[in-house]
Amino acid sequence: MSVAAAILKGDADALPGRRDEAWRWTDLRSLYRVMPAPSPASDRPAANPLFSSLQAQEVLYANGRAIGPVISVLDAGAKRRLLRRFVSASPDRSHHVSCDLQVEEKTDLLLIDSFEGVASGYLSSFSGTLKVASGSRVERVVIVEDAADGVSAIRLDVELSAGADFAQTVLLGGALRQRVETRVIQGPGARLRLDGVNLIDGARHGDQTTYVTHQGLGGASDQLVKTVVAGQARAVFQGRIVVSEGADGTNARMGSHALVLSDRAEYDAKPELEIYADDVQCAHGNSVGSLDEDALFYIRTRGVPDAAARAMLTTAFVGEVVARIGDDEARALADALVSSRLGGLR
Amino acid sequence: MLSVRNLHVSVGDTPILKGLDLHVPKGEVHAIMGPNGAGKSTLSYTLAGRDGYVVDQGSATLDGEDLLVLGPDQRAAKGIFLSFQYPLEIPGVPALTFVRSALNAQRKARGQEEIGAPDFLKLVRAAAAGLKMDFEMLRRGLNVGFSGGEKKRMEILQAVILEPRLLILDETDSGLDIDALKIVAEGVNGLRSPERSMLVITHYQRLLDHIRPDRVHVLAHGKVVESGGPELALELERAGYDKYGARDAA
Repeated sequence: MSVAAAILKGDADALPGRRDEAWRWTDLRSLYRVMPAPSPASDRPAANPLFSSLQAQEVLYANGRAIGPVISVLDAGAKRRLLRRFVSASPDRSHHVSCDLQVEEKTDLLLIDSFEGVASGYLSSFSGTLKVASGSRVERVVIVEDAADGVSAIRLDVELSAGADFAQTVLLGGALRQRVETRVIQGPGARLRLDGVNLIDGARHGDQTTYVTHQGLGGASDQLVKTVVAGQARAVFQGRIVVSEGADGTNARMGSHALVLSDRAEYDAKPELEIYADDVQCAHGNSVGSLDEDALFYIRTRGVPDAAARAMLTTAFVGEVVARIGDDEARALADALVSSRLGGLR
Repeated sequence: MLSVRNLHVSVGDTPILKGLDLHVPKGEVHAIMGPNGAGKSTLSYTLAGRDGYVVDQGSATLDGEDLLVLGPDQRAAKGIFLSFQYPLEIPGVPALTFVRSALNAQRKARGQEEIGAPDFLKLVRAAAAGLKMDFEMLRRGLNVGFSGGEKKRMEILQAVILEPRLLILDETDSGLDIDALKIVAEGVNGLRSPERSMLVITHYQRLLDHIRPDRVHVLAHGKVVESGGPELALELERAGYDKYGARDAA
C-alpha cells in the first residue's frame, strides 16, 4: 500500500486508508473510486514570491517531472543552499515524483523543499531519500502550500551516518488531505532536530508523521512540534522514537503541543517511545489545550482587542519552534509564512 | 470621574457585590480596604470587564460614560488600567513588544497615530530607569522568570507608558518586600496627577503608608460599609475588620 504505487499503477485500491494503522487518521482510500488521470507535462511554473529574496540554487519539478537539471549528489566539503520546488499545476490529475539526494562528507547544506499546489483537486505524491555522510550538517525546511481541495502525500527517508547532523522544520498548512512523513535512521553520535509548525484551518486536514530509529551509541534527537487547529479542521501528529538494541547512551526528547481553537476542530496525536537499549534518556511531553482565558483577559485589559490578543498568544505559541531554525534567512522565511497563515486563520 | 452606583455582581450563582456605591473624583486617590472575601477583587475585575462577572444591577461610569457595555480593551482605551494582584506570564511575547502593542492598540482606538520605535524606546528607557528596572529584562518574555517584585514593577511600568485616567491597584503590595514596596509606591506616586484618579485595593494598611489616600472605604459583605479619611486605615490596622462581621463570601 503506497500512494506512489496507486498513482503509478492507476489503482485506487492501493491507496492507504483507515484500515492501515499508520494511515487511519489520514484516509486517502475513501476519497477516490478511480484514480485521477496522470498529470500532463507542465510548462515552467511561475516564480514563488515567497522565495524572491532567498539566496539559493533552485531545482524545479512540475507535475512530477523535473524542469531543468536536478541535483542528486553534493560533493564533499561543499557549503550549499538548495531550494527544491515541487509544483502541482494541473487540476484533477495525479502524479508522483521520487528524488534522492546524497550529501557527501563535511558538507553544509540548507535545503528548502517547497510543495506548491497552483491547481485544484490534484493528487500529488513525493518520496525521497536523503543520505547525510559523516561530519555533514543539513538543515531542511519543508513548506507545504496546497490548494484547499488538493491531496498530497510527502515522504522522506533520511539516513544519518555517524556524527551527521540533521535539523528539520516542517510547516504544514493543510489540504483536503495532506501528510508529511519523515523517517530517520540515526547512526552513532548523530544529531537530529525534527520540528513542525502545523497551522490547519477551514475544512483542511494536515498530518505530520515521524519515525526516528536510533542505532549505535550516543545519538541525540530533539523534537518539538506545535499545532494550531481551527475551524472544522483536523490535525494529526504521529511520532515514534525507537532506540534500538545497542544504541546505548541515546538522548531523545519529544514534545508535541496543540492549540485547538474551535469546538469543531480535531487534533489526533500518537506519540510513541520504544526503548531496547540501556542508559538511555528519553522524555516526551504532549499537551492539547485552548488559549489561556486568563492571559487573554490580561492582554485585553491593556487595550489590545480580542482578535489581536488571540493572535498574540497563538504567535507566541508557535514562535518557539520557528526560533529554533538556525539559518537566518530560512528563519525569516518561516516567520513570514507563519505570520501570514496565522493572520488568515479561521 | 469614576462613579459606581448600587452595583450588584455575581460570579456563577453567587452574589458577591450587593449594592456597592463609590465615587472617586478626578485627581483623588481612594483606598478600598476589607477582609478576605469582601469582594475587593470582584470590584476590580468588574471594572476591568472580566467575563463571568455578571452585573445584575447598578451602574459604573467613567466621566459619565457607561463602562459596563464596553469590552476590556475598550475600557483600557477609555483610560482604565488594572494592575493585577498576580500579573500573568506571557511566554514568547517580549515585554517590550507587549507594551508597544498595547500602547499602539490604545492609540489606534483613540484615533491617534501609532508611536514609532525610537520614541517608544525613549519612553520605556525613562520609565524603566524610574522604577529601577534593568532594561535588558524587558527583552524577555513578559513576566517570564520575573520575581514577584519585578512583576509588580512591570505593571507600574505599563501604567507609566499607557497613562490611564483611572489606575486600579489590586493588592499591589502582596508578595513585595519592603524595598520593592517602596520602589513600586514611588512609581505610583509619580503617577499622581490632577487628571488621574486611583483606586488602591488592599488588605493591609502598610501600602497606604507609602501611597497616601485622600479617602478610605471599607468593603464588607459586598458593599461599602464605612468611608473616611486616611485615619480610617490606621483605625482598621489597630482594630481589624471584626466589627464589620465575619466574611460571607469566599
